[in-house]
Amino acid sequence: MLGEFSHQRMYAIARKESLHIIRDPATLFFALFIPVLELFMLGYAIDTNVRFVATVVFNQCRTEESKRMIRMFENSKDFRVIKEVYSDAEMNSMIVSGKAQVAIKIPEDFSRQIEAKRSAQILVLVDGSHSSVAGVALNVSNAIALQESLKQYFSERTLLIESRPRILFNPDTRSANFFIPGLMVVMCQMMAIMLSANAIVREKEKGTLEQLFMTPVRASELILGKLIPYLVLTLIEFGTILFLMWSVFQVPIHGYVSTLVGLTFPFTLTFLGMGLYISTRVDTREAAGQMAMGTMMPSIFLSGYIFPLDSMPTFFWYVAFIFPTTWLIDAARGVILRGAGWSELWLHAVVLWGMGIASFALAAAKFRKRLS
Amino acid sequence: MLPPTIDARDVTIRFGSLTAVNRVSLTVAPGEVFGLLGPNGSGKTTLIRGLCGLVPLAAGKAMVLGRDVATESERVRAQIGYMSQKFSLYEDLTTRENIEFYSGIYGLSPAEAKARSEELMELTGVAPYLDQYAGRLSGGWKQRLALVCALLHRPRLIFLDEPTAGIDPVARRDLWDLLFRLAAEGISLVITTHYMDEAERCARVGYIYLSNLLVLGTPHELKQMPGVTPPGARWLEIYNADSANLLLRLRSLPGVLQATIFGQSIHALVREGCTNAELGLSQARVVETEPSLEDVFVTISRMQTDKKTS
Repeated sequence: MLGEFSHQRMYAIARKESLHIIRDPATLFFALFIPVLELFMLGYAIDTNVRFVATVVFNQCRTEESKRMIRMFENSKDFRVIKEVYSDAEMNSMIVSGKAQVAIKIPEDFSRQIEAKRSAQILVLVDGSHSSVAGVALNVSNAIALQESLKQYFSERTLLIESRPRILFNPDTRSANFFIPGLMVVMCQMMAIMLSANAIVREKEKGTLEQLFMTPVRASELILGKLIPYLVLTLIEFGTILFLMWSVFQVPIHGYVSTLVGLTFPFTLTFLGMGLYISTRVDTREAAGQMAMGTMMPSIFLSGYIFPLDSMPTFFWYVAFIFPTTWLIDAARGVILRGAGWSELWLHAVVLWGMGIASFALAAAKFRKRLS
Repeated sequence: MLPPTIDARDVTIRFGSLTAVNRVSLTVAPGEVFGLLGPNGSGKTTLIRGLCGLVPLAAGKAMVLGRDVATESERVRAQIGYMSQKFSLYEDLTTRENIEFYSGIYGLSPAEAKARSEELMELTGVAPYLDQYAGRLSGGWKQRLALVCALLHRPRLIFLDEPTAGIDPVARRDLWDLLFRLAAEGISLVITTHYMDEAERCARVGYIYLSNLLVLGTPHELKQMPGVTPPGARWLEIYNADSANLLLRLRSLPGVLQATIFGQSIHALVREGCTNAELGLSQARVVETEPSLEDVFVTISRMQTDKKTS
């Protein structure tokens, strides 16, 4: 059987590698525990929806109309009146000290102006240091003012046009639904690249690779034997997050899990290949870890995981699609939240499989050339 | 006569502009214990890697076990064993798991693996440590385990790269006993070492210095080399109470070509005609001797350096 690919040798490597994983519970624990921890953080603690913005009110008018206006702000649930103030100075200091993010001032002549059919003004001060809060405060206060003026204008008549928005796919606009599919992808990436980079570098460090090269083992057997356990581990992690997402965070999965796995598999392959490539370039686990982290950064910031792609400048929007992470996050949200299937995601599949096969083949060729 | 296990002709290995091994020719016979000596970085390990086909030969040809390493490296590696100075088995695996792993790597069937590992455990005595993690074994037992793993596939040639570095004298003696038993079975052994007493045990010794194989022969032949004992000079073994001071004084004398401390005594190469009295050795016990292997290697290293500088 010499000179040919040997399944026995590949199996021996895979078995040994699995033993390494089992014998190193610390690494295993962190590899599986950190993603779960992050899952709970993102799922419970972080809510990007702006609600109950701390607001102060300075009502100089004190009429029934002005009080109704303030109730409208409160009823929107976007604002929470924490205090009523009685001077401009007090109002300003509440904003500057950060105790309130919005201040609403209704001037003395508010009701008189309305009665005189002149434009009545209210002043809305918004702290711009939290851009998302400021944006919401602006939109909502504009909407309230507009609605109120329309009502005044048409008094008892019905409004001619009413917008009734309906949010599809994530009706409660829950952050968890947005974040967890992305988290799942980013965690798979981190795990795949870290594990595979370490797998070879560890043997380099310990000198065991030298011994292996003195045996008839082939590069392809070594690579496959080493990566199979890590592929399995990464897919287990993927499944764990998916399960917790569905069971604990109640994110409904509208599409097929098989679609998701069919796309995650080549994605994992891409990063296993990258880790392998790293391992041919460096000799210590420390250096490998740093290089692996280096590839994580663009994937986190440019992939749409946290920051929406659509708000990126055009140049970066194109750059983002170089990263397989961008493709899989988009596809994962598609499958989980929108029930997308192969007919919608065929391009994602082509790109991810292409990247996976290319990355793995290149890394394997490089590995063979450098080490044997 | 059997064909040689290793037949290397003008083997040259280069890394970029650096020549790590320069035109080395040597043969190793079946069952021969061949010692490869030389300072660190002289090219010993690179030569071994070249003979296994792990690094390409820039020039020359090496036949190992009848196969050309340049074209049949994988087949060659299937028939050789290798044991490095650094323990290179998996410390987080047990003795048994390491043995099973290498049985798989060498393609042994389960029945073969069982029979062979039992045989080797008998030979090396590692059986009581089967379920211990390899990392917890002492140096000597680690080396025995490494030897078991290197012997599983019944290699006909074993490379041992400083196998006894850092293990205690008893374990060292035991390991050598084992190695001679293997040689008696017809297995060829190529051993690198820094220990002169180990070099003395080898059937033949090659000395590599600055990428060149300077000398090759039996320990006895090397000691008889004309260059080592120049005409008109002889080696003396001098026993004196105050060796350290005597050494300094001897080195300053024109009649003394070389002097070095050797345990209790001083080894000195002196010109013929210099009497003990002239050397100030009337009080000391002086015996004429043949050069030690260390004397040989030091002398030929110096000759080589002198040749380069002049």
